[in-house]
Amino acid sequence: MGHIKLTNVAKSFGNVDVLHGIDLEIGDGEFVVFVGPSGCGKSTLLRIIAGLEKPTGGELAIDGAVVNNVPAADRGLAMVFQSYALYPHMSVRQNLAFGLENTRMPKPEIRERIAEAARMLEIEPYLDRRPGQLSGGQRQRVAIGRAIVRRPVAFLLDEPLSNLDAELRGSTRAELAALHARLSATMIYVTHDQIEAMTLADRIVVLRAGRIEQVGTPLELYNAPANRFVAGFIGSPHMNFLEGTVETNGPGKTVATLAGGHRLEVPLDNAGIANGAKVTVGVRPHHISIGGEQGLPATIRLVEALGSETVLHADVSGQKVLVVAPGQHDLAPGADVRLSLSAAPLHMFNEKGLRLGHAV
Amino acid sequence: MSRVAAFVFRRKGGKGWHWTDIVTWVWLVGGLFIMFGPAVWLVGSSLKTPAALAEFPPTILPYVTQKVSVEGFDKPFDLYEVTLDDGSKATLAEVRRIGIVSQMVDPKAPGEIIKVNIAQRTPVREMSFATENYTEPFTHFDFFRYLWNSVFVTVVATLITLVVNSMAAFALSKYEFRGRTAAMLVILATLMVPLSVIMVPLYSIVSALGLFNSLWGVILPTVATPTGVFILRQYMLTIPDELVDAARMDKASEWQIYWRIILPLTAPALAVLAIFSVVWRWNDFLWPLIVLSRKELYTLQVGLSIYSGELNVQWHFILAMTVVTMIPVVLVFIFLQRFITTGIAGTGLK
Repeated sequence: MGHIKLTNVAKSFGNVDVLHGIDLEIGDGEFVVFVGPSGCGKSTLLRIIAGLEKPTGGELAIDGAVVNNVPAADRGLAMVFQSYALYPHMSVRQNLAFGLENTRMPKPEIRERIAEAARMLEIEPYLDRRPGQLSGGQRQRVAIGRAIVRRPVAFLLDEPLSNLDAELRGSTRAELAALHARLSATMIYVTHDQIEAMTLADRIVVLRAGRIEQVGTPLELYNAPANRFVAGFIGSPHMNFLEGTVETNGPGKTVATLAGGHRLEVPLDNAGIANGAKVTVGVRPHHISIGGEQGLPATIRLVEALGSETVLHADVSGQKVLVVAPGQHDLAPGADVRLSLSAAPLHMFNEKGLRLGHAV
Repeated sequence: MSRVAAFVFRRKGGKGWHWTDIVTWVWLVGGLFIMFGPAVWLVGSSLKTPAALAEFPPTILPYVTQKVSVEGFDKPFDLYEVTLDDGSKATLAEVRRIGIVSQMVDPKAPGEIIKVNIAQRTPVREMSFATENYTEPFTHFDFFRYLWNSVFVTVVATLITLVVNSMAAFALSKYEFRGRTAAMLVILATLMVPLSVIMVPLYSIVSALGLFNSLWGVILPTVATPTGVFILRQYMLTIPDELVDAARMDKASEWQIYWRIILPLTAPALAVLAIFSVVWRWNDFLWPLIVLSRKELYTLQVGLSIYSGELNVQWHFILAMTVVTMIPVVLVFIFLQRFITTGIAGTGLK
């Protein structure tokens, strides 16, 4: 139950192609997060799975049966909308019951399921209120409750936390993770927030401009991004990119010359790239340390002291570099420092943005 | 009370008078007379006798000349204030008038006839309400039959209008289909075609359908109104599509989406359309007059026209029955004016 397979799914609105041949398999009980910048097609993909949009090409199968022409109501899925989409003229109880009444479920069972969901989500005191009388967090719970009572094959969640304030978002995120563990149902979750993606997902699907850029576990994406886009999208603050050219290219070691003339050794098994080719070296802000004789000469532009760590905005021969240094540092803007990359896992991307080889 | 007074007499100029205060007062008082004056005139006149109505100059309140019975005469006479030749004043009853001379008697001493020039007498007037203007039509005019016809036409036409128009508006606001905008434009374009243009073909259709001389012939041609479709569609456009999506995920049929989700949420716009429809149907005159030729099917508005004959118009009955006919519409406005103002603000329509 809850196995969803997409084969070459495409969608266009008029002349605009929104999705280009999406292939994806989502296992039963998996928590999959679609992440990407706005306009990348992630919500459209979710709506296609839900049955609210028809794909213009490809095939969608749920538990082995092709459902391209099955209406949304009969796919056995439940959706939580970004705006919650609670029926404003019905009480919370009626909101929860509406979907069950439509399946002609006997009244005692409806009552039982609502009671169970209300207990699980702690919304029992509000059952007779209207959505307008609830706070944002309470509405969010009701929206999830409306999905739970249906006992769906899979839950589809469209940016469910984006309307909550930061604190509530954090706690609701934890509750969602707990809920997934308890229900062990398939969940597909759309967000543009990579922290939500990293914390919740079993697997993350990174989308850009209607194409899947990479599918993998959160740490796979973090440690081995397939390309420059994924490398820049996953992780906060985002990865630093330094432009350079390949100087020597040997087994186990590739040397690149950066724009400022500094030489950088990248441990690559097989770069498969010609000498003199333009490349981009990627390094995460957390992996750069301050000091070291061999380091890159840099000028501090801005210091953001967060207490537990310090975010430094530095300038390395015209290229912006972010450094997250643990602890507190007595640095002022304008100070000259050296940045050591010796301990850092380095990534190298070719001109097309593809990541080269494997870091040792 | 003092707070109400403070609100009403509040001025922009504070203690003095700003010129906008003067304009405001002139505008509002003038507006009160223009809007409310005819209604007061109508109610006042409806209580006048036919003679008082024909009087010139007219009076606002219904006055009649006082009558008095005089011993020895069968009929009561009009009572006059008379200035006699010797300069003394007396109250006399007029027996008859010959040219400019009036023959009068003193009601207390009926034996003697006094001749008086008519310029020397003025009638003794008293206020009197001619309630028979209201009571009489209920006996010889089939008021309740007409009232029932009017109520039937208004209620049924309004209900059908609400259902039909909201369905059209639902399709035009929540479904994506080719030609949706074109369909809306065509519907709106019919706003520009007045009844008088389509009267003849409409009559042919109604007649061919066998609806001539039937209240359904009055109801059915009026139920699809472009104004109603427009008001409801504009309102439904403001209902988020995600609610419809959510209902679809909740296994609701299209009918349930319309009936259980969209209609309850459109209630404010429906209320506005209901008010409009009631007023339109209640005040309809021309179309019912064309379709209905049997007297027992007349609506109130058509029924009232039987008082205006070719040679003689019975104004006192027309005025009184007009007041009665106005009452339901006035009540609708009093109780639902809240909806009308918000609805008009919401749709930008009249």
